[in-house]
Amino acid sequence: MTILELKHISLTYDGIRNILDDISFSVQSGEIIGIVGESGSGKSTLLHVILGLIPDGSVTKGECFLFGRSASERKRRELKKLRGEEVAMIFQDTGRYMNPISRVGAQYKEYLTAHGYRGRKKCIEKEKEMLSRVHLKDTERILHAYPFELSGGMRQRVGIAMAMSLKPKLLLADEPTSALDVTMQAQVVYEMMELRRKYGTSIILVTHNIGVAACMSDKLGIMQNGKLVEWGNTGDIISCPQTEYTRTLLDSVIEIDDERMTGKNE
Amino acid sequence: MSDALLEVSHLSKSFESGNLEKGMIPAVRDVSFQINRGECLGIVGESGCGKSTLARLITLLTPADSGKIRLNGSEYMHSKDKGREIYRQIQMVFQDPFSVFSPRMQIGTFLEDGLVYYQLLTRRKAAEEAVKLMRMVELPEELLNRFPHQLSGGQLQRVVIARAISIHPSLIILDEATSALDVSVQKQILELLVRLKKEQKLTYLFIGHDLAVVRSISDRIQIMYAGSVVEELRSENLKQAVHPYSRELLDSIFSVRDRHTERIQVKTLSLADAGYEACGCQYRRRCPCAMSVCAEKVPELTKAGQEPGHTAACFLVSR
Repeated sequence: MTILELKHISLTYDGIRNILDDISFSVQSGEIIGIVGESGSGKSTLLHVILGLIPDGSVTKGECFLFGRSASERKRRELKKLRGEEVAMIFQDTGRYMNPISRVGAQYKEYLTAHGYRGRKKCIEKEKEMLSRVHLKDTERILHAYPFELSGGMRQRVGIAMAMSLKPKLLLADEPTSALDVTMQAQVVYEMMELRRKYGTSIILVTHNIGVAACMSDKLGIMQNGKLVEWGNTGDIISCPQTEYTRTLLDSVIEIDDERMTGKNE
Repeated sequence: MSDALLEVSHLSKSFESGNLEKGMIPAVRDVSFQINRGECLGIVGESGCGKSTLARLITLLTPADSGKIRLNGSEYMHSKDKGREIYRQIQMVFQDPFSVFSPRMQIGTFLEDGLVYYQLLTRRKAAEEAVKLMRMVELPEELLNRFPHQLSGGQLQRVVIARAISIHPSLIILDEATSALDVSVQKQILELLVRLKKEQKLTYLFIGHDLAVVRSISDRIQIMYAGSVVEELRSENLKQAVHPYSRELLDSIFSVRDRHTERIQVKTLSLADAGYEACGCQYRRRCPCAMSVCAEKVPELTKAGQEPGHTAACFLVSR
């Protein structure tokens, strides 16, 4: 089943420069898509377009179909319901969008009640269940803590738990591991892979870490200056990149098995 | 040894805990090492392990609690003329180039100021030198009249490196110098650093969290956990690391060419969650092979493996 389809999307903020330039791709259910590019290539904006988090009139061309219907024909209310329940998002640092003076549990409850959960007990039950799903122990303490009292890795897992509590069909992850240490990064990647295994969630993963994208994704998109310069199966792109840009990008990745830089051949 | 440029011995620093329950948090504990002339020493560890504090202790940006630091055989920690003479010898490059610059200072002035301040050249001569420096870090001369916001992160980082090398210091400390940059830019900067090191016979202390990046530039690597060095080895032998924490770091690496999501093991603790232990091995709560002795004694760095210069602080090795 096709979950998301982008058709020739172009977007501009100032009317001069295209932030996104003629982008088309589609996401099937249960697929993990990796979008890779350097900073400023428009990869985060792409996610904002899917959620409709952009100023009116900035999309100059093309359409975005979510579950077969175009975003422009949906009412505001309908879109609001869609966000969170059908499409959820994880940001780079969950701590940044949380209210610093409100406890994690209270914010989690607010999130659930906004989407139809009723009753304190029911909420807490759900919260604890989701937190233990992302391998957080000591759920009582976490729900009682303020966001700053948790480490980056814990916050990020709380973010994933929140995003997944309504079982969305599509998860948008904007640099979910960039703020984390390598050991924590490995775990967040593991949690996200589990989501697909358990619920069949489709994921769009935006990252500049090519290693993570290559490990997780079925399909890979390479972005440069707002254009999708390459799109295809991850294995194919890694083994034989078609464009010069992809080749340089892949060559720049420093790997643990690479020859060390000695500066001899200069 | 005679070719040791920097010798650090038994350096320690603790900070007061910011939490309600007062206490001292040891950020760096009893760290000793030396850097030889023309060498690059890499320090790897996760956030909070004390690697940046170590750099700040060496540069006297933070006063150490105890320990000795010697540069060229002479101790400088308690010497009178703190600023000028030490920074003439030791220069730092930080993670975020944007925060290094004054937004209203032109790139040219930024480069000249170092030379003038250390009384190496007059202002006019310094301006000539700035042009040479720009060429050295592969930037066009026109950028000298620009302001920081007109340059990209990679360009600015090159300027920072140019200023650091302009006064010919004996040691450059690079604290996550490439972490904020895109991969392609990161590689260029690393290549630049390697070239400059060779041409100018520089010595680096390279601090980072990415094992692959640190390995690519360093001759030796130290792995830090909770303020102590847990393993030290030559970069080419990194894969033979024996400490359980080093193994965990190595297993967490995502390679573009191999898909390994199946072998990630879920652990529920990071350094920040595990907290500090009052005694024994700091890593024991996360360690898959913790023994009873780990809770009683602190392991010391002892020789590990076949290769020379490979030491690890783990009872698995010293037994």
